[in-house]
Amino acid sequence: MDQNHRTNAVIPTAIVIVGILLMVFGIGRGEALLVLMKAIRICLECVGIG
Amino acid sequence: MTNAYLPGFLNGSIFTGPTKIACVPGLSCYSCPGALGSCPIGAMQFVLASREFSFSLYITGFLVTVGALSGRFTCGWLCPFGLFQDLLNKIPFRIKITEVKGDRYLRLIKYALLLVFVILFPLFVLDIAGQGEQGFCKWICPSGAFMAGWPLFAANAGIRGAVGFLFAWKNLILIGLILVSIIVYRPFCRYLCPLGTIYGWFNPVSLYRFHINESKCEKCGTCQDACKLNIPVFEKPNSPECIRCNDCIHACPSGSIQKGIAGREHTVYDIKT
Repeated sequence: MDQNHRTNAVIPTAIVIVGILLMVFGIGRGEALLVLMKAIRICLECVGIG
Repeated sequence: MTNAYLPGFLNGSIFTGPTKIACVPGLSCYSCPGALGSCPIGAMQFVLASREFSFSLYITGFLVTVGALSGRFTCGWLCPFGLFQDLLNKIPFRIKITEVKGDRYLRLIKYALLLVFVILFPLFVLDIAGQGEQGFCKWICPSGAFMAGWPLFAANAGIRGAVGFLFAWKNLILIGLILVSIIVYRPFCRYLCPLGTIYGWFNPVSLYRFHINESKCEKCGTCQDACKLNIPVFEKPNSPECIRCNDCIHACPSGSIQKGIAGREHTVYDIKT
């Protein structure tokens, strides 16, 4: 792998790590549970009831 | 596969298991009777609409991670509503349009929908209890109307009794898209989808990318002719509009378009005989 290809891989890898950290922080502050609470009930907006 | 809870379709109910804490990469409504996971755009709106949070680290992180791994690969290969449009476009019809008039401007609609209906509506259009409105799910999303609305309407008497103007409005959008999809390839992905918009931003920097071998490319334009989204792949191999369907790779006579993962190039051999 030449220098250019290594550089090409570094940026997306760094972004993936940032994304994972954001997810971890989000889960830590309770967002995932909020999503679960919404997702296990029929979403009336999605169905088209309001 | 992410919509495999079959009893839901028979009972007119939805899956209520713990896997719904996780999002699926594609636009897959969590109120689809078969859904085993959550829709990232629906989840984003719900978190923003809540009184607890005004920004979603969880969903933003999810979108950033999926986008940085594969850009719009999800759109081409993992999104159920994308597949639905693919199948509709296979219906034989006298007119098939690849170059849409005003395409450049129509593509801006999806940015407006993302900003207004996915972000601003949940944050600023509030009910008397302070709960925001999920604008995209409520007013636009044809995936929800198709994957949740239709099956629940068919199998759930309570839902049938409650539908009104909004149901008719969303079905108007859905039926319009179904008809247009027969003539134009993936109109929802091209012009309306906020999820594809976000993933598209990552196409130029994602781990999974296309690469043009400049020494072999003759700039003949065969790739653009093969692309159903009319992308000049030889000039913009990582266009935000590209859904990674690989049609250009298979069509290229000189084999100049390569897929790359983590900076390593992989020559693609067409296995079709």
